[in-house]
Amino acid sequence: MTCSARLLQGNEACALAGVDAGARFYAGYPISPASEIAEMCSQILPQHGGIYVQMEDEIGSIAAVIGASLGGLKAFTATSGPGLSLMQENIGFALMAEVPCVIINVQRFGPSTGIATRPSQGDVMAARWGTHGDHSIIVLSPSSVQECYDLTVEAFNLAERFRAPVIVLTDATIAHLREKIEIPDELKLVERLKPEGPVENYRPFAPGAGGVPVIPNYGDKYILRVTGLVHDEEGYPSADPQVAGQLIERLAAKIERFRDELPQPLFYGEENAKVVLVSYGISARAAKQAVSIAVNEKLSVGMLQLQTLWPFPEEQVKKACAAAEAVLVIEMNRGQIMERVKACGLFPPRRISSVSRTDTGIITPTQVLTAIRGVAG
Amino acid sequence: MNYEEYLAKNRLPHLWCPGCGNGITLKALLLALAEMGLKREEVLLATGIGCSGRAGEYVNFHSFQGTHGRTLAFATGINLARPELKIICLMGDGDCAAIGAGHFLHAARRNIDLTALVINNFNYGMTGGQFSPLTPAGSLTSTSHSGKVEGIMDLCRLAETAGANYVARTTVFHAPELKNFILEAIAKKGFSFVEVLSPCPTYYGRYNKIGGPVKLMEWLKNNTVPLKKFEQMEKEDKGRLFWRGKLADRNARDFFTAYLEQERGGRNQ
Ligand code: SF4
Repeated sequence: MTCSARLLQGNEACALAGVDAGARFYAGYPISPASEIAEMCSQILPQHGGIYVQMEDEIGSIAAVIGASLGGLKAFTATSGPGLSLMQENIGFALMAEVPCVIINVQRFGPSTGIATRPSQGDVMAARWGTHGDHSIIVLSPSSVQECYDLTVEAFNLAERFRAPVIVLTDATIAHLREKIEIPDELKLVERLKPEGPVENYRPFAPGAGGVPVIPNYGDKYILRVTGLVHDEEGYPSADPQVAGQLIERLAAKIERFRDELPQPLFYGEENAKVVLVSYGISARAAKQAVSIAVNEKLSVGMLQLQTLWPFPEEQVKKACAAAEAVLVIEMNRGQIMERVKACGLFPPRRISSVSRTDTGIITPTQVLTAIRGVAG
Repeated sequence: MNYEEYLAKNRLPHLWCPGCGNGITLKALLLALAEMGLKREEVLLATGIGCSGRAGEYVNFHSFQGTHGRTLAFATGINLARPELKIICLMGDGDCAAIGAGHFLHAARRNIDLTALVINNFNYGMTGGQFSPLTPAGSLTSTSHSGKVEGIMDLCRLAETAGANYVARTTVFHAPELKNFILEAIAKKGFSFVEVLSPCPTYYGRYNKIGGPVKLMEWLKNNTVPLKKFEQMEKEDKGRLFWRGKLADRNARDFFTAYLEQERGGRNQ
């Protein structure tokens, strides 16, 4: 496959990837450090026959994105922590109503307004559990500008395949980092399935292949009823316990059954190592660097870089840590993924500790290396 | 066409209380669609959360019910993706004027091509009759036992100021006028707004001792005056009366048309 090289910052790569993946609608609200995504979309979307609309807030932005998606356009928005908080109710709506859409969340230092220009990885749990109610959700985490591009394209594909919102968690550092990336001339894109068969009595929410229904777009001759209420296969509201139970199970299962087909963790360093690092996003860059130095020092170290944070790749983590005496989780928060690694119930129990940083700076290779030497010695 | 062709008869009876005005507004809407001869796949009813929000269940064309207050923001996206669809956003007074007020102003300002239809029953019915921003001052509700302290705002004047192409107000008592306003609103390109004053006998009527459904209809008749007459009245005579009629009727370019012309140089897709 032929590629063309571009020098881009992370935000630009996300915007470009969206348009390349077929997005023709962007709705957003200005917020640092995500604004370049909106700026770029406002410029390039009209050139591709698409639409940029600047809404009155983030609640309206994700609502407009959901509306456009139901009208048949691939649609996305970008924001940062405070905006993610505002979008949460409608992210839950998109999960419940099975509306494909992509949310790029450029993590900044929080909570609250925090520090708008400084990075963090503090939204890992907000992305997982920020909207109320029981649910499963896909969250991807790029660690480079190349991955910003690749995983944003993948996010659109997964959103269409599973008919669900997908969150891409970047951060203030990758967002503004400039790197050379390779953009493939041809991308494998997933397009929405179209209903077939008789128009009358079509059931838009009847589970199709893999539990994913084939839902018409508004304006199609197939009539579409959409609601955030518990609904039956026709789309009518229902308070039937059986309907509710089956719906909630299906919405989670349609994603979790296929967790092995989501972007898989990348492994670096020595297999069956004594020290295993688990990291993701910008922190994985420092971890990777530290691992290569440690391997040169003949230390027994391996590393797993998570690309999909949720659903959590539990089996891969267990496998990678099978021979480890110590597990280090490298992340810029107070242990949000570390707690999840602990919950894997590694057997026999062993030391799982956190290499973290929560002072607005990014984790350095030296910090990780010191931690490796500490447990490897 | 017959209005019943848009009605999902298999979903009846509806869940609204006897004497509620919601059914009259829904029928007026369906009558307008029938008169316009619109096909089922050409129309979308987007509703808010609350009693009137359940209206989507009783129609057999495209329907949408989003989150509380956000109907117009969702509909903005739907309109821009499917500009050929006739979108009617049916909302309650609490939904549109309280939690959704920001979206209301900005949808009107952008001049999004849709019809916003607000059933103003002067309270939150679904949750037990609490006061809304449109409940008149002094009214008794389940959260204003000695009378509502706050005043109201005038959604019609707000819509007009924000840039709506069409603004009208009437009541369910004036059913033929209601149908005509809805029809004009749907036919109008750009943002149209119709406010419908409507009885809620279960809460507002009962708490304020206005009486049953018939008395409430009389109340709507006696408490509204045509806009022209209202404007000529002395301030002290206006008191608590509501005007009804058409406040705005203009033809500014809607957002999608303007975007197409400016950003895409007229190119569609
Ligand atoms: S509570 Fe009021 S508004 Fe709601 S259905 Fe009953 S009468 Fe109608």
